[in-house]
Amino acid sequence: MTDQTASPADLATATRAAHVGRGPWVTALRKLRSDSAAVLALFFFLVIVALCLLAPLYATYVAKTDPFRSNLSGKIEVGGETVPIMATSTEGLGLGFTPIGPTWDPTAYMLGADAQGRDVAARLLYGGRNSLLIAGASTLICLILAAIVGLVAGFFGGWIDWVLSRCLDVLWAFPVYLLAISLSIVLISHGVDIGPISINAGSLALPIFIIGIIFVPYVARPIRGQVLSLKESEFVLAAVGLGVPAYRILLRDILPNVTTTLIVFVPLLMAINMVTESALSFLSIGVQQPNASWGTIIQDGQGLLYTRPMVAMAPGIAIVLTVLTLNVFGDGLRDALDPRSKLRIGTT
Amino acid sequence: MLKVRNLKVSFRTEQGVVRAVDDVSFDVGEGEILGVVGESGSGKTVSLLSVIGLIIDPNAVIEGSIVYKNRELIGLPQRELRHVRGNEIAMIFQDPMTAMTPVYTIGWQIAEQVMTHNRMSKSAARQRAVDLLAEVGFANPAAAVDRYPHELSGGMRQRAVIAMALSCNPSLLIADEPTTALDVTVQAQILDLIQKLRRDHGSAVVLITHDMGVVAEVADRVLVMYAGRIVEHGSKRELFKAPWHPYTWGLLDSIPPMEGARPRRLKSIGGNPPSLLALPPGCAFAPRCRHKFHRCSQRPGLAGTDGHQAACFLPPSERETARAARTPVAAGAS
Amino acid sequence: MLLALIRRVGQMLFVMFGISVLVFLIFFATPGADPAARIAGRNASPETLQAVRLDFGLDKPLPVQYAKMMTKLFITRDLTSFVNRGWKVIPAVMDVVPVTLSLVIGAAVLWMAGGIAIGLIAAATRGSLLDRSLMMLGLIGVSMPVFWLGEVMNLLTQSRLHGTWLFSWVPPLGYKPLSTDPAGWFLTLVIPWITLATLYMGLYGRVLRANLVEAGQEDYIRTARAKGLSETRIMIRHALRTSLVTIVTLFGLDFGALVGGAALLTEVVFGLQGIGKLTYDALKNLDLPIIMATVMYASFFVVTANALVDMLYVVLDPRVRTRGRSN
Repeated sequence: MTDQTASPADLATATRAAHVGRGPWVTALRKLRSDSAAVLALFFFLVIVALCLLAPLYATYVAKTDPFRSNLSGKIEVGGETVPIMATSTEGLGLGFTPIGPTWDPTAYMLGADAQGRDVAARLLYGGRNSLLIAGASTLICLILAAIVGLVAGFFGGWIDWVLSRCLDVLWAFPVYLLAISLSIVLISHGVDIGPISINAGSLALPIFIIGIIFVPYVARPIRGQVLSLKESEFVLAAVGLGVPAYRILLRDILPNVTTTLIVFVPLLMAINMVTESALSFLSIGVQQPNASWGTIIQDGQGLLYTRPMVAMAPGIAIVLTVLTLNVFGDGLRDALDPRSKLRIGTT
Repeated sequence: MLKVRNLKVSFRTEQGVVRAVDDVSFDVGEGEILGVVGESGSGKTVSLLSVIGLIIDPNAVIEGSIVYKNRELIGLPQRELRHVRGNEIAMIFQDPMTAMTPVYTIGWQIAEQVMTHNRMSKSAARQRAVDLLAEVGFANPAAAVDRYPHELSGGMRQRAVIAMALSCNPSLLIADEPTTALDVTVQAQILDLIQKLRRDHGSAVVLITHDMGVVAEVADRVLVMYAGRIVEHGSKRELFKAPWHPYTWGLLDSIPPMEGARPRRLKSIGGNPPSLLALPPGCAFAPRCRHKFHRCSQRPGLAGTDGHQAACFLPPSERETARAARTPVAAGAS
Repeated sequence: MLLALIRRVGQMLFVMFGISVLVFLIFFATPGADPAARIAGRNASPETLQAVRLDFGLDKPLPVQYAKMMTKLFITRDLTSFVNRGWKVIPAVMDVVPVTLSLVIGAAVLWMAGGIAIGLIAAATRGSLLDRSLMMLGLIGVSMPVFWLGEVMNLLTQSRLHGTWLFSWVPPLGYKPLSTDPAGWFLTLVIPWITLATLYMGLYGRVLRANLVEAGQEDYIRTARAKGLSETRIMIRHALRTSLVTIVTLFGLDFGALVGGAALLTEVVFGLQGIGKLTYDALKNLDLPIIMATVMYASFFVVTANALVDMLYVVLDPRVRTRGRSN
């Protein structure tokens, strides 16, 4: 038996020293690096992001079109010939015009034109920017809100927890899409005008906000559960016994563990949010004109589905690829950080 | 009845080949209780798991011979091995809390085993389950048969597991640390039960444990394993009275004494169990042995009499003095 | 056990109340625009707006408005649409329920059967090419937006491959009631069922495989093997049966998400006149009363379904019966 007793100061020094050693982050990073599927997925995801970010460059310098302006009477050069973008069609009712199909020439309507004569490939990249932006921003909002709610409910317990949990229960029980539809139709049809805050109906902030809050219970509940079990863990009980104030326990003991869960959620939630945004945009209650997203382009392509399927197919394939890479990377991330977690991949 | 000869079990891992069981040979006679002692990693569980083919790791390599009632078990196709498993040779494991499937009653699970190996109607199988539960000490077997595993205490669960293992009257019961997860009073009851079963059913029992006290109570013969090898075997009386191997000395000495002065520290065997990836070329115990000398750089084979053998180069004449040097010094000094 | 069931019903009622309040707040109390204008639709005349205000009690305090809304929705059921003059909403919703139910239940049966089969095969052949292919296919299935998959299916079955023997039997988009045309009912639903089920089959296959593999490490599986049972029996009677609990819980959660989301999208893409299509049309016309009604009824249905699944859970897992359930 040792004769000395450790003072809180010694304990703190020892804890800090322990942090300097090979922590769980380094181990996780190493594990992730060796997971070739995850690394490949991340790489492809970054390629997709880069391509979309370069949309203006592509539109201006390569395709030389303005993807937001109708171009019904234009003509382009394809393989030496000059071809009208909208050709009179004899298909269907013989009423309209059929836009040009894919030319597979990156400088001239590579994926064809849509019903307004606009370059699908350029629109695809611009739409991708919005889809990715909304997915990322809504994920951020969701995680921050969920973390706050989960931490507060789990840590403080008592009636605060009861109230928050009941709210989460109700929000959770509300079918996610119906909630999104309700909020969208109320906010997007007329915009938002509360006191100093005035958001235009077509702003991207609205879908970001809506998608951000509907999945809060999905994340907040596991966080709350984790905080609850961490509260009972020995190192927290030890900290309480030593007289460490509540906010410090929250910050130094509980938050780092919760952060791991949050990080694992990032790619998974981004995938879910991206699909949700595309569905809402498809239903015309997500991204509004004149903005485009992959979902709106699919909606645009509905009328041309049997004649020029590429308009609807291309954004769908883009979504599938992006979501796939996010899911594979998310799987790898979860395996590296927390293989025992029961997080599952889900969309819709 | 069971003859194991030159059993070797190795596992291919990322870091190399692990020899979990390294040339192990032993016999189990009819109706005898064999105690197998050793630390974690000594290979005791792996050896017995391979007897009934429960090693399903694709990276495992099993060599040697396991003959049960004149039948070679190694290499037997799974289909045939399944007839032996649960029927002639039964095995129970350490943790009774998780040993039974949580969603079925214990009666259902016992009946399942009975019906797998015998043609029997459901009601007959159920009756057998009731009878077995009565035998292992359930006060109200007719009610117990419809209980779920989580509704029973640890001791009762282990009894139910034993009942299930005995349901087909096996000639050999392998018990892997059956009492380790239970508290001491329950432990005593389970050991009594095992002895009673040997008396009433005539089954032989292989009892795997790390607890010398358990061995002292029930075993007829004892096998001591270390680092995948047998280091000593003999009858219980001989082993406890005059053990030959320094590891066995260490095991016996680590039992807190019931008489004499109260020691300041409990004795333990110095050092750590070896990593099976990096065993020394000679005697595996040499790094931790106080009595090692130049011969220990060679691997010792088992030597001694028919009934008592040890894998150690220490000459018999020096054993007593060597052992005596390890007994506790008078109280007061440290 | 009875106490647990009663508690669950109580929880269900509480949640329904909460949802109704939330719906009310969203439609009536969201700041930024006049609720009357929202309800009356675009280009409503001032008289219509005034009539709406009176009808819904918009000049009275919020709890009164809430009471009026609930009355119109559930008690008198005379909520009317303003965009489609005088169209009684609740009967309209009730009329189309069978369509949605046909779609959803059929798809659910398909995805459960498919998911369990995939999970079992993958777990049984663990590590093999078959296992990895199934998991990869499942992952791709999970990554596809359901409405886009529906479009792809339409493209193939109605247009590109419609002439071939593969899909020539596919009828034009639309729903045929079961009572008048059973064969037609079935045929119109096959492709939508497959579309809807693909998403979840992949997911359930993956989850079940993970559960089975984890169960395979459990002690009781080792005991079952030591008993001399065949691998098939162990897999199905012991591993699957124990993993079933997780699957059923998941199903409960997903069924709710399905009704609110994927089913809606599928109906739109395949032209099935169910609750989802009704809601979609209302969205295009900004016909709020219909949306209020569909959202409320659909949510209540989902909450009830979830409660039923929870109660089923008690039956499936004997461990839950004796001790209380913690959340």
